[in-house]
Amino acid sequence: MHNVVCIKQVPDSAQIRVHPVTNTIMRQGVPTIINPYDLFALEAALELRDKFGGEITVLTMGPPSAEDSLRKALTFGADRAVLLTDRCFAGADTLATTYALATAIRKIGKEYGPPDLIFTGKQTIDGDTAQVGPGVAKRLGVLQLTYVAKIRALDLAAHTIETERRSEGGVQVLRTRLPCLITMLEATNQIRRGAMDDALRAARAPIVKWSAQEAGVEDISKCGLKGSPTVVKRVFAPSARAEKAMLVEAAEQPAQALIDAIFKHQPKLEADLAALARDA
Amino acid sequence: MIEERFDAIVVGAGMAGNAAALTMAKRGMKVLQLERGEYSGSKNVRAAILDGDIMEQLAPDFREGAPLERRLVEQRFWLLDSRSHVGLRYRFNDCNTKRPNQYIVIRALFDKWFSRKVREAGATVLYQSTVTELAQNCRGRVIGVRTDRQDGIIHADVVVLAEGANGWLGTRAGLRERLTPDQIALQVKEMHLLPREIIESRFNLKRDEGVIIEAAGTISRGMTGMGFIYANRECISLGIGCLVSDLQRTGETPYGLLERFKRHPSILPLINGSELKEYSAHLIPKRGYNTIPQLYGKGWVVVGDAAELNNTSDCGRLNLAIISGRIAAEAIFRVKSRGARSTSSTLSLYKKMLNESYEDLKNDKYMPALIHTQPENFLLSYPQLVSKAIVNFARFGVGPKAGEGKPNSKCFCDMWSWTGLFGDGFRLPRAWR
Repeated sequence: MHNVVCIKQVPDSAQIRVHPVTNTIMRQGVPTIINPYDLFALEAALELRDKFGGEITVLTMGPPSAEDSLRKALTFGADRAVLLTDRCFAGADTLATTYALATAIRKIGKEYGPPDLIFTGKQTIDGDTAQVGPGVAKRLGVLQLTYVAKIRALDLAAHTIETERRSEGGVQVLRTRLPCLITMLEATNQIRRGAMDDALRAARAPIVKWSAQEAGVEDISKCGLKGSPTVVKRVFAPSARAEKAMLVEAAEQPAQALIDAIFKHQPKLEADLAALARDA
Repeated sequence: MIEERFDAIVVGAGMAGNAAALTMAKRGMKVLQLERGEYSGSKNVRAAILDGDIMEQLAPDFREGAPLERRLVEQRFWLLDSRSHVGLRYRFNDCNTKRPNQYIVIRALFDKWFSRKVREAGATVLYQSTVTELAQNCRGRVIGVRTDRQDGIIHADVVVLAEGANGWLGTRAGLRERLTPDQIALQVKEMHLLPREIIESRFNLKRDEGVIIEAAGTISRGMTGMGFIYANRECISLGIGCLVSDLQRTGETPYGLLERFKRHPSILPLINGSELKEYSAHLIPKRGYNTIPQLYGKGWVVVGDAAELNNTSDCGRLNLAIISGRIAAEAIFRVKSRGARSTSSTLSLYKKMLNESYEDLKNDKYMPALIHTQPENFLLSYPQLVSKAIVNFARFGVGPKAGEGKPNSKCFCDMWSWTGLFGDGFRLPRAWR
């Protein structure tokens, strides 16, 4: 079987900061990582390959430096890496991204065999939209399973897959036909440490690089900033909502206990409210 | 086990390891470099001074592409007591010329660039790959390394140990002695972000000019240590180092020392309002001349901090690391091109070439007083200077004439104490560069 895993190189959000004056994200010097959710997707694909054999192609769209992330994916054991990189992809929102990725996946299908499964993480840590996976599925016209926690069974002869999907208030067990797209939930597995020959191969293997044209993009106006109806109006660092939270326990008269607790920490509030009451 | 065999395996991708790997790769050797960190420099939080002439030998074009923070135009030396400092400034104008030769670099950034050069030269570089053990044959010859990856034994003709101060691979393999707490200093350091203009105004710098401050003093309970402050492009790195045995003896914590250092009235204004970005600790070997470790053996050589080629000013360590890495690589290449095996007798060429280069470098004005022939230990000799200086100041302070009547007596006393400082052996040319 042939599976495609879409990954994204993202800034390590633990180290990202918003410039206090200009309110722009300070990307300079922030290390990049593979989007952590994508690693659950990659490991899920690797586990399937362990059982059923086949190949894994990792795909990303990004600047030339995204090659680092692809090499890391090869270190974990992926067979092939494709980097979709072109200036015209810059500034893409989720709509334009799905267009580019879907086009590239079609091309991957032509070049290396049609994929049975396409994996993504449930979302990225920089955008947090969770739209790209479903968008790609829609554009490719394949079925989609989002928030998958576990792959229970795969039947290659019958072309079916059975998964556990986490939903509000429970777990759904879903069976569907291949090919399909799966977005993996976090903490469902742990990415393996690649063996030495994988590491050696990853350091030396060529990375397939496609421009928009090479990937088979026909309508360039659907790419990048041009193809993105989403506009970022403002970026800001949210101020902390509360200094701390506390639990007020009261068996009787909880309202009174709550008022006491608030006034104890905000003595000025009590005086102000009393003054207001007097004036009224 | 990996079938493939390499001409050389370099353990570690710091300055020395990169210099060695780059040199051998450029010579057409088949090189594998293994680095524990996520990327070269990822384990490094400090800034350092890079010598342009030394770097040029490895990468002639480094000025174009390498991340250089500022060119160094001034070094300051401070002797601290608890509330004040006495300072010396050394400003060198030859660095203001068109082709500067001293740069402040942030290792995390510079090493990453350096590592890319190594890869471009054709070496295979694996990150996040820890060498767990040297593989030896029954006759004690190093034949390769074991790593923490599955099937991770790799064979090579020679292993270059550039593993840093800990040097535990060599120690564990029984090739070298373990360092004792009085032979190793622990350095704790932080990186503070500040806008570029503020750094330039606080340190009195023009754009792209850099300064470092080295501070010595009696820190606490008779402990001695050295602190440093580097003014980088948009951040300040600072830290303090102490002998591990001193920390043991006094029960002081390294972070406590650093906090005190940062709160010192001379230092606080420099970092005031900054944002702490990173912090880390680092070990620096401080063995004396008589206990220099073995530098080579059957199938292995050791370079950089691991070789303890650093009994000099802290800021010269980086350049020594580069030199030792390059020379070890050249020696290995010569041995190989003669068709000889890497034995302890053939690899002794490394030490021979290192000594020769020392003879050359000794006459070079840019070079720090070097390595094996220099018994003084900067970390240890500095505090002696400090204490003598303090004695001088104390004398000056309690002297009967101080501050009385005569208008030029204070000036005289200042002069006198400075002379005292120099007389007490601030061996400037040696200590500085």
